[in-house]
Amino acid sequence: MENAHSKAYWRTNLKYLAILLSIWFIVSYGCGILLVEELNQIEIGGFKLGFWFAQQGAIYVFVVLIFVYVRLMNKLDKSFSEASNEDLQ
Amino acid sequence: MSIQTWSFIIVGVTFALYIYVAIKSRAGNTSEFYVAGKGVHPVVNGMATAADWMSAASFISMAGLIAFMGYQGSQYLLGWTGGYVLLALLLAPYLRKFGKFTVPDFIGDRYYSQTARVVAVVCALFVSFTYVVGQMKGVGVAFSRFLEIPFTWGVVIGVGIVFFYAVLGGMKGITYTQVAQYCVLIFAYLVPAIFISALMVGNPIPQFGLGGTLEDGTPLLVKLDQLCVDLGFNEYTTSHRGKMDLFFVTAALMLGTAGLPHVIVRFFTVKRVTDARKSAGWALLFIAILYTTAPAIAAFARTNLIETVNNQPYTELPGWFENWEQTGLLQFNDLNGDGNVQYYNDANPEMIKTADELGWSGNELVVDRDIMVLANPEIAKLPNWVIALVVAGGLAAALSTAAGLLLVISSSVSHDLMKKWLMPDISDKTELRIARIAIAVAVVVAGYFGINPPGFVAEVVAWAFGMAAATFFPAILLGIFTKRMNMYGAISGMAVGLAFTGIYIVYFKYMGGTPDQYIWGISPEGIGTLGMIINFVVAIAISRFTPPPPAHISDLIDYVRTPESTH
Repeated sequence: MENAHSKAYWRTNLKYLAILLSIWFIVSYGCGILLVEELNQIEIGGFKLGFWFAQQGAIYVFVVLIFVYVRLMNKLDKSFSEASNEDLQ
Repeated sequence: MSIQTWSFIIVGVTFALYIYVAIKSRAGNTSEFYVAGKGVHPVVNGMATAADWMSAASFISMAGLIAFMGYQGSQYLLGWTGGYVLLALLLAPYLRKFGKFTVPDFIGDRYYSQTARVVAVVCALFVSFTYVVGQMKGVGVAFSRFLEIPFTWGVVIGVGIVFFYAVLGGMKGITYTQVAQYCVLIFAYLVPAIFISALMVGNPIPQFGLGGTLEDGTPLLVKLDQLCVDLGFNEYTTSHRGKMDLFFVTAALMLGTAGLPHVIVRFFTVKRVTDARKSAGWALLFIAILYTTAPAIAAFARTNLIETVNNQPYTELPGWFENWEQTGLLQFNDLNGDGNVQYYNDANPEMIKTADELGWSGNELVVDRDIMVLANPEIAKLPNWVIALVVAGGLAAALSTAAGLLLVISSSVSHDLMKKWLMPDISDKTELRIARIAIAVAVVVAGYFGINPPGFVAEVVAWAFGMAAATFFPAILLGIFTKRMNMYGAISGMAVGLAFTGIYIVYFKYMGGTPDQYIWGISPEGIGTLGMIINFVVAIAISRFTPPPPAHISDLIDYVRTPESTH
């Protein structure tokens, strides 16, 4: 198990996690809570932007984040299993 | 047809559907009873997870809470959806790869210790019991109003239904019943929202309707801000409390979501690791449909309520007002004897002055938050069948969640305590029988607390999250992402997290603690976040001074981290 491929696989996974979780944090805690007053100065389509992030926008981003992760990991899983198979041959 | 007739018909039809599905998918062995035989399609599992997850609190209470809290209510919206990102990215795929039946299974194996397993079982039981009580109360509310059955009997009927299909079907039955329940509840939630949105702002999509413009040309949210301020309440769309508490409550709900055993266990039911990720995405998508509609319902309901009742003669109020008064969830007390309903914030000193000038002698209307969703279609004068649909939806939400929780309770007892600890020699058949008895007992106990509930629905549920955040989330996360974490660290982390969070909640809820004593202004609902941080600190510190885990644990971690071979 503990070979170069699985190490590289795990490192790439951690990198994806770091990026996606940063976005997760920024849209919810950032835009929805910490920066809400600043964003509320901006109005789009009948919404104050900070309020929109807190009650709508962040949730949409959450859904997208998970599906992006699914895609990234499916690709990574595939290249991992191909690399492992090459070693076996 | 009257609302009551419609309610009986629709509730009757949906119940018949659930029972049919449950009978069709009876569980024959423990694998089917605990994890539906691990053969559930990711989209189906996503839908079942959504129903499992969205409880009476989501369906009945949440929009009402937001209606009264405004922007502050975002903590529920963010908190109860953001946790799925954590689940999909940090927990679900690895736990699926691990591939056993329960959360205590993972904790027990990863931390090579029966003590860890038992601590996890105690936490799972505690969290699930706290949570299931809220569902029972939700069932009681729905029955008492619409079927005009006393609250207590409403709970008893709810208990009877859950008893029937949870005992019979186990996870397999529950999964497919939950799919049916999701369809019922989402339909029931959207129909009135679409009607109301179209009526009020001329846009049938509630998510856009929230930003829409009313007939008189003012944007809905601007109008609502104005109405609230005029009556001495806080402005609807802006923040007016410390950010610290909002931050901590949101985090506690997110981390709690990711740590709730009845949600995690749903990801054990799919075929492959990649399906676990995928079904978390589908689950959140199905949940988001309701969660992005809720704030629209909240804003519509609050606006409608104020405009319909405030300063109107009591005798001229619409019929729904009297209907809800009979349930005690809406109370009018004509303090100044003028025959009109005055609804305003009588705790606001500025407003008291204005009220005195107008001859008002205090707020005369008490609205239970729970009724906002249930009464909303009536307030908006929607047809009777829509109102009946909402009842069926509320019941679907409460029953699906209750069933999922009861399954965790029963598997904790029959699998984790009996099979894995006290009576390892029992046969699969005996284990299955114990699981069924455990569900039966749990249902009755939950029903009792449902009749004598310790707080309103969403509040009870919020505690369960704090507990899950402070115990399971750190233990599982550290178990997957660090190899050095050992049994001593994990056990002490969970124990300290549970004790700290529990004591804080009990102190402020039952022993007269006052808000000025809050640590950093954090309310009991948000304390789970601090409990989690303490758990992390204690666990990591103790693991550094105690022996590292044995070699086979390192192999186990490598195993859960590596994807399945596709060949």
